[in-house]
Amino acid sequence: MKTKAQQYWRQNLIYLAILLAIWFVVSFGAGILFVDWLDQFRLGGFKLGFWFAQQGSIYVFVVLIFVYVYLMNRLDKKFDFDEV
Amino acid sequence: MGIQGWTFLIVGLTFALYIGIAYLSRAGTTGDFYIAGGKVSPLANGMATAADWMSAASFISMAGLISFMGRDGSVYLMGWTGGYVLLALLLAPYLRKFGKFTVPDFVGDRYYSRTARLVAVVCAVFISFTYVAGQMRGVGIVFSRFLEVDITTGVIIGMIIVFFYAVLGGMKGITYTQVAQYCVLIFAYLVPAIFISILMTGNVIPQIGFGGTLADGSGEYLLDRLDGLSTEMGFDPYTDGSKSTIDVFFITAALMVGTAGLPHVIVRFFTVPKVKDARISAGYALLFIALLYTTAPAVAGFARANLLETVDNAPYAEVPEWFTSWEDTGLIEFNDIDGDGNINYTPDESTNELVIDPDIMVLANPEIAQLPNWVIGLVAAGGLAAALSTAAGLLLVISTAVARDLIRRTFVPDITQQRELLFARVAAGGAVIVAGYFGINPPGFVAQTVAFAFGLAAASFFPAILLGIFSNRMNKEGAISGMIAGIVFTAAYIIYFAFMFPELNNSENWLFGISPEGIGTLGMVINLVTALIISRFTKAPPLEIREMVERIRVPRDLEKDSETGEN
Repeated sequence: MKTKAQQYWRQNLIYLAILLAIWFVVSFGAGILFVDWLDQFRLGGFKLGFWFAQQGSIYVFVVLIFVYVYLMNRLDKKFDFDEV
Repeated sequence: MGIQGWTFLIVGLTFALYIGIAYLSRAGTTGDFYIAGGKVSPLANGMATAADWMSAASFISMAGLISFMGRDGSVYLMGWTGGYVLLALLLAPYLRKFGKFTVPDFVGDRYYSRTARLVAVVCAVFISFTYVAGQMRGVGIVFSRFLEVDITTGVIIGMIIVFFYAVLGGMKGITYTQVAQYCVLIFAYLVPAIFISILMTGNVIPQIGFGGTLADGSGEYLLDRLDGLSTEMGFDPYTDGSKSTIDVFFITAALMVGTAGLPHVIVRFFTVPKVKDARISAGYALLFIALLYTTAPAVAGFARANLLETVDNAPYAEVPEWFTSWEDTGLIEFNDIDGDGNINYTPDESTNELVIDPDIMVLANPEIAQLPNWVIGLVAAGGLAAALSTAAGLLLVISTAVARDLIRRTFVPDITQQRELLFARVAAGGAVIVAGYFGINPPGFVAQTVAFAFGLAAASFFPAILLGIFSNRMNKEGAISGMIAGIVFTAAYIIYFAFMFPELNNSENWLFGISPEGIGTLGMVINLVTALIISRFTKAPPLEIREMVERIRVPRDLEKDSETGEN
């Protein structure tokens, strides 16, 4: 039987793993490692790889933090760790 | 009213605003001075963090650098924003729960060691000083370009302003002036960017115009035109990279991890009331930063296209007015080598006739877009806001490190709060003077020292704090040896290539093809590996430290929970 704090921490680590995987894929993946391959596709006037490297990755970063905030606030409530 | 008049008026008004705010938010206690009493709202903290973070380099130089680097400029764009994801997810909430005042506080307490604290103090002071010298220089440059005073006078005016609100108000004064400075700088950045976007692509939003078609009726995409012009003139296509993939990878990672490890950014998350405020304010901070960071590459693209079209084999006699007016400042230099009266701009140094300072891409924007004079004044005020806000945040880290981490926690533990506050103010004042000195007499290696600051932050603080939160088993032996291994490796590599043998500084001699800018990433890995190995072979940390780690992992302490725990 795990304590509440341990369950909470485990769930937190799962969220972190998922969110950081996305963080890695959009920046180091799409913006750096696969940038030339993605450049064969287009998004309006942008080559797709170039767009991820100079625009898209940053938008995803912002969204990731807000998703994290939402998930953690929900988790805090579920485990009764939310601050008064 | 002329450009000078508008600039004096707008800069004067913003300075009066900062001083007024500083006066209203004077610090009364050490808590006010170090962390603004811990009462800053998350939205205000987000703005303050954004202003704290975006320096003179972000505001004035970044778009210009990108316009010369093309796609490779993404190392700055991703590197200086992606770190906030690490900060928000891996550090900020837990450090807020820890609830002390500084980064060395955390390192010293978590690793129950005076040595660890001292290593952290030295790193924090060193990183902050390298950074602040560049800011004071930026203040001087803006003054000298827009107000025609010399750089020294400009730096001294900047010092007086920062002195006033950092020494008087501490973190409390800095926070609320930074909120105002964010508003000034983002307005000053967006207005010319929007106008130039309309001018070139007919789109109000620069981020969309960047990928749109040109407004000249050709129906061609801006970026295609840019690639075409670049290749025609002998440059690499704008949307292609020329750095090696491994180097781009390592530089981006070093800047990201370095960002998350910079003490003046981390300390901002100590100033909000709750753990959930720390999380959301990191989100606001990145949102506010992204507003500028997604505009910058658009500005870079517009400016580059505009420049290439203007100078492409153009007769010198027919260049637009902004070209000649920036020639007077020395930021554009034309030298008609072949004597044909035409501008020949090529990557080949022996025939190239045009030298352009990257800073001009932002500074000349209002003139290129033929905006009214007040916009030029606004850009000057924005550049000053960016430089001053960053300088103030850094100076506070230095003064806190001296007054709290060195004097109170290390040498004179029984000092009274009033005396400690006095020491903090004296230290802040001293730091302003030292920073001003370096602003007036800049060391000749400012550019390299920034790589140094990020590399050291990446190789020292980030792993030490990360392990302190995520590894229960991490002990002082592991953390200290990890930090020292990371710092020594990173510093040695940078010193070797940047200062001792600059002539060897090319990809053939680099370790795995990693430039000194990116070596902090490897330093971080060395730190992590060393720390993990050493900690396995040395004593586990004491029970109270392991309990402390359990406590910082949850936003609220539950008394009964710890009793039913099975460790």
